[in-house]
Amino acid sequence: MWVDLIITLAKILFILAILVGFFAPVLTWVERKQSALMQDRVGANRADILGFTVLGLFHIIADAVKMFTKEDFIPDGANKVLHTISPVIALVPALLTFAVVPFGGQYTLFDKEVNLVISDLDVGLLFVFAIASLATYGYVIAGWSSNNNWSLLGSMRTASQMISYEVTIGLTIIGVLMVYGSMKLTEIGAIQENFWMWGIFLQPLGFFMFLTASIAENKRIPFDAPEAESELVAGYFTEYSGLKFGMFFMAEFIEIVTIGALMTILFLGAWHIPFLTTATLLSWFDFLGTTGSNLVVMFIHVGVFFAKVVFFVYLQMIIRWTLPRFRYDQIMKLGWKILLPLSLANILVTGLVILALN
Amino acid sequence: MELLIFYPLAGFCVVLALGVVLNNSPVGSAISLIGMMLGLAGIFVLQQAHFLAILQIIIYAGAIMVLFMFVIMLLNLKEGDDTGWIARERNLLLSVLTGLLAVGILYKISGILFTAEMDTPAILPDSFGTVATIGETLFTDFVLPFEVASILLLAAMVGAVVLAKTKLD
Repeated sequence: MWVDLIITLAKILFILAILVGFFAPVLTWVERKQSALMQDRVGANRADILGFTVLGLFHIIADAVKMFTKEDFIPDGANKVLHTISPVIALVPALLTFAVVPFGGQYTLFDKEVNLVISDLDVGLLFVFAIASLATYGYVIAGWSSNNNWSLLGSMRTASQMISYEVTIGLTIIGVLMVYGSMKLTEIGAIQENFWMWGIFLQPLGFFMFLTASIAENKRIPFDAPEAESELVAGYFTEYSGLKFGMFFMAEFIEIVTIGALMTILFLGAWHIPFLTTATLLSWFDFLGTTGSNLVVMFIHVGVFFAKVVFFVYLQMIIRWTLPRFRYDQIMKLGWKILLPLSLANILVTGLVILALN
Repeated sequence: MELLIFYPLAGFCVVLALGVVLNNSPVGSAISLIGMMLGLAGIFVLQQAHFLAILQIIIYAGAIMVLFMFVIMLLNLKEGDDTGWIARERNLLLSVLTGLLAVGILYKISGILFTAEMDTPAILPDSFGTVATIGETLFTDFVLPFEVASILLLAAMVGAVVLAKTKLD
């Protein structure tokens, strides 16, 4: 009982540490450096401590200090309660998704089965979808409670965009579900031990549609009409300053990681190395005993998983700095007239193939 | 143990349900309703009905209420008049009717309350509430209602498109 509780707490702490402590701050730096690279600039390199800049990594600390010390501003006529809690409503779903995302397989440590997922829900895939749909409220309420027309316009764009692309995400998930026959993310990951069962081979169209729709859900360029700087000042977070603005920022960066993790689990073999089963890997480290070999394999798997996540994060960064912003009507057209029929056709074809193979 | 989670959750639901009715601003009511639905999903989880809980969140909290919020903001509804919710005379008949309904429901519940065994939890099979079981039931025992419902939804969808189209042309 106590051991289980400690293991679960350790997993929660690990996920929180890696998301809030590592990915969110480091990604702000990566985003600056990546944009500099693609625009032929030197990039963030001014913040220094005693003359050392360490490639601009101190900008992370400067950012944190700035956000903590800025005036926390609530505009006149704003709904104070909602204005204050909406950054929290935006941030919580981004973190909560990771409750069902496995970051490794199952290992025997000290005669105990350890499953590297915080909560192995039977409805894991649907849980992800449900939480993603709740994230909309943070942004919508933020814009509405600010008592600012730019904010309101931004939040209305957010609502319509997120509803539109949720449809595609939901239908793409159905394709994945049909192929693997399970909603448990751990089972979906375990099946992909076989290289040819990777989601990207079984659902190639689903892979691209899920990536597109996820980026649209996260409202990053080219889908950042809700916060378009040149049209709406900053959209739904125009009236936010200090750490509340920081929370919206953090939610966006954590969501980048969440998208990377989901893409890895559903389409890119989760924690597995191609053509290398867990059994083979375990036999290589047999001389370390059961616990030792399991421990080594666990670290390898977690490393492989996060390497794949980092690849997807980097891919999103490249897309962010390559494409211009789509116009609002183009976003709607892509969502309803191209992705929706394609995802329906994807389900139909997947069903026909499964029927033919059986 | 179960009651420790149930009572706070149920209280949360009741408070927010009252919030829906008593709130003067439409957005406040909508947000209370969303919170109430999340609490209800929590109670479903407590009853081992994970699938139902998740559907509650996806369909009601995630889809329908987002549309509600969208429409409320689009029409930019202002707060209702402050004369108080109970003083509106034109609502008298409606109030009486809903009051009667509530009394009827409470009567039914009180009837169950005194006959039900509160201390013995129902014994559930392991597969209770799993996706596989629900899918199987839906496509064997209840396949006709299921298909009829889907045709009904399709008709509603087509109807919505037709209504929207005539306005556009």
